[in-house]
Amino acid sequence: MCKGGNRLTCQKHNGDGVTDELFRAEGLSKTYPGVRANDEVSFSVAAGEIHALLGENGAGKSTLVKAIYGLIRPDAGRMWLGGVPHAPSDPHAARAAGVGMVFQHFSLFDALTVAENIALGMDAPPRRADLSRRIAQVSAAYGLPLNPARRIESLSAGERQRVEIVRCLLGNPRLLIMDEPTSVLTPQEAEILFATLRQLAAQGTAILYISHKLDEIRTHCDRATILRQGRVVGTVNPRDHSARELAAMMVGAEMRLVDRSGRQAGAVVLTVAGLTSAPATEGTSLQDVGFQIRAGEILGIGGVAGNGQEELIAALSGETTGRPGTVVLDGHDLSAQGPEPRRRAGLLAAPEDRLGHAAVPEMSLTENAILTGATRQQLQRRGVIDHRAARRFAETIIADFDVRTPGPATAAGALSGGNLQKFVIGREILQAPRALVVNQPTWGVDAGAAAAIRQALLDLAGRGAAVVVISQDLDELLELSDRFAALNAGRLSAPVATEGLTLEQIGLMLGGAHGMEVAHVAA
Amino acid sequence: MLRLEPRAATPWWLAVASPLMAVVATMVAGGVLFALMGFDPVASIRTIFWDPLFGPASGYSRPQLLVKAGPLILIASGLAIGFRAGIWNIGAEGQYIIGGICGAAVALAAYPAEGAWIFPAMVLAGAAGGWAWGMIPATLRNWTGASEILVSLMLVYVAQRVAAWMAFGPMRSPEGFGMPGSRNLQHYPSAANPELMAGTGAHWGVVAAALAVLATWFLMSRHIRGFRIRVAGLAPRAARFAGVRPETLVAFCLGLSGALAGMAGLFEVSGPGGQITDSFGSGYGFTAIIVAFLGRLHPLGILLAGLLLALTYIGGELAQLMLQLPAATVQVFQGMLLFFLLGFDTLTRYRLRWRGTK
Repeated sequence: MCKGGNRLTCQKHNGDGVTDELFRAEGLSKTYPGVRANDEVSFSVAAGEIHALLGENGAGKSTLVKAIYGLIRPDAGRMWLGGVPHAPSDPHAARAAGVGMVFQHFSLFDALTVAENIALGMDAPPRRADLSRRIAQVSAAYGLPLNPARRIESLSAGERQRVEIVRCLLGNPRLLIMDEPTSVLTPQEAEILFATLRQLAAQGTAILYISHKLDEIRTHCDRATILRQGRVVGTVNPRDHSARELAAMMVGAEMRLVDRSGRQAGAVVLTVAGLTSAPATEGTSLQDVGFQIRAGEILGIGGVAGNGQEELIAALSGETTGRPGTVVLDGHDLSAQGPEPRRRAGLLAAPEDRLGHAAVPEMSLTENAILTGATRQQLQRRGVIDHRAARRFAETIIADFDVRTPGPATAAGALSGGNLQKFVIGREILQAPRALVVNQPTWGVDAGAAAAIRQALLDLAGRGAAVVVISQDLDELLELSDRFAALNAGRLSAPVATEGLTLEQIGLMLGGAHGMEVAHVAA
Repeated sequence: MLRLEPRAATPWWLAVASPLMAVVATMVAGGVLFALMGFDPVASIRTIFWDPLFGPASGYSRPQLLVKAGPLILIASGLAIGFRAGIWNIGAEGQYIIGGICGAAVALAAYPAEGAWIFPAMVLAGAAGGWAWGMIPATLRNWTGASEILVSLMLVYVAQRVAAWMAFGPMRSPEGFGMPGSRNLQHYPSAANPELMAGTGAHWGVVAAALAVLATWFLMSRHIRGFRIRVAGLAPRAARFAGVRPETLVAFCLGLSGALAGMAGLFEVSGPGGQITDSFGSGYGFTAIIVAFLGRLHPLGILLAGLLLALTYIGGELAQLMLQLPAATVQVFQGMLLFFLLGFDTLTRYRLRWRGTK
């Protein structure tokens, strides 16, 4: 086993009398103003183990791993890594001690290439050619296809994540922290990732795995530590518990399941035909995309990010306009109209990227409510903003969608990902759209919030709206949609009824192999 | 070792304190500079910052405060809107000059007719001239992607040449004995922009500046268009999603700031300046950039910053006169002010930490 890159790990295994407990935390506490984020958290991770950290948004997972990675200092408590006290003053020290972390939000420079981005994160980057070769080696060895010369802006979310993972692996971590890594992957891609993780674990690397995809954790994780409101609820073997039991431990109550009943398809609401986008310099252009969707219906569009999802939602929201007849709502041709006229007509959208696209992080929730609600909610009269009405609308969203925040004056960027997503989706749903298009509605959202968002989408369809859900989460699409279509390389397959479809069949529809290609990057 | 650590959030008082600290630091550094040059630092600083307002000669210099602050505030109000949207008009000086020329052209064409329409027409012509000069970088950016920073800045030098051409050529006063420069509009009642209340220095340009402060405050904090401008500056993709067309925004911001700068030029040429000369531009357009940033791009802040920068102009002149300080004093002070402001702004986003070397 002791070959190549994992020198540190190998030493540990050959070491004298070292137990296989690699990391240990005892009594970690961290208080932010008004919140006790971590309350006497104690747990341990063994070498070679895939250890899940499970909890709702705000349960303290992020705070905990930030402490391990040196981003924050706990108020109290101690940590050990490999038997040595671990109190990193900054991520640099944590990395030197052998901790690697892949974040949920990527920190990559769009204008630079994969290799340049990775070099930027290194203390002493090797020559570019050597680095490119190492990147190619690591990505091939772990089944993470990646071309070091590609520019980040041309990569999909899934590919960007690979860059982050490879960046970590180049540092030979003993403890690898992964924050919701599969939220952007197809099942096939996720399988490849798990093969990678198992390979790393077999070499003795400990993996701390943050997720709320319970099935995934049950299949792949050796142990799971469950957090609730900053405290450890327990450490269990996830294979011994059902997903519902785990979820119950997470939220402290029984989860509700989504209710699909009570919907009937009505007249055609939205017709998209012959939608073709001019080939962007480094994006995926849409090729003759077309579909029809009826009132009360949910159309699921699956596919790996980077296959035209961004372009499709931009073409539907009005951020890009098209030839006449390509986007028709209730008989009105909106093809040449921008976002505001489309909202007025009833075609609403919620893009994937919450920070900076669907919402402005620096602005308050009230202001973010104005962002798309100005016209339809009458938050302005002849251009003059009615701040009172805007605050009321924001308060309604917060109340109806259980957005956990001190109030509407809070900056959007201060909300956790799940809470902001609930706000963004709620903002569109409460405007009673005729047709709503959402991209990755539950990306990075905890199980409880994801269920609430899905239920809200179903309820919206139940009230007679047409809903298009673009997602990479196939379980979600199967759960929600009446019909399913796959977006692959800018082309949309003909929608088929979801009833009776299996994950495997869908995988094949998606062109299956797309996510499974073995790395064929130039060595 | 001293290190900078990013702050999670900027405390509000720090955002207010930073310009004030910059002013104090400028005074201290200026005092040190004067001391090194052999001047009495306390007397120098007092001459620049205190005497224009409360000194023995303040009767003359106090009205000058509004005369200088008017154009600065008027121009900075327009610039701040574009700066909020991430659209950088660096060429207000050029728009100011062209606005002055266009306004003066109306007056000179009408001369010697008298009429109540003449002055309003000059204001419109001044605004239109500045607007047109601002639309050049806007159009080039929208059509070719050319940087509005470079284009607007380069157009300042073009405008300066145009002013010289006008002063020596088409606009040269026939009664000027061959000297360059147009007729003096102060002596042409229908075109003159006189002091409205004796001893205040307030002319129509000051009124316009006050209105501009109110109007930009309304636009930026109450109007949907101002809201979208702020969104565009903070998150361009969110602005697009909200329905902002970037091309429209570029044209709006450059056009508006150009029009306000052009009006400032017109009020100057018809008032305190009096005539188009080859050196008509006096740096207001550049100083207004400092005013906009010192005022936090906020209308009220711009009002205060405009008054402060006007004070450095007047105080600098006074110091030249009374203490024989060099003429560059004003520029040094304005430069230091911007320098310290940017420095203290860093502290609003980062905190200083002592840390031992590893």
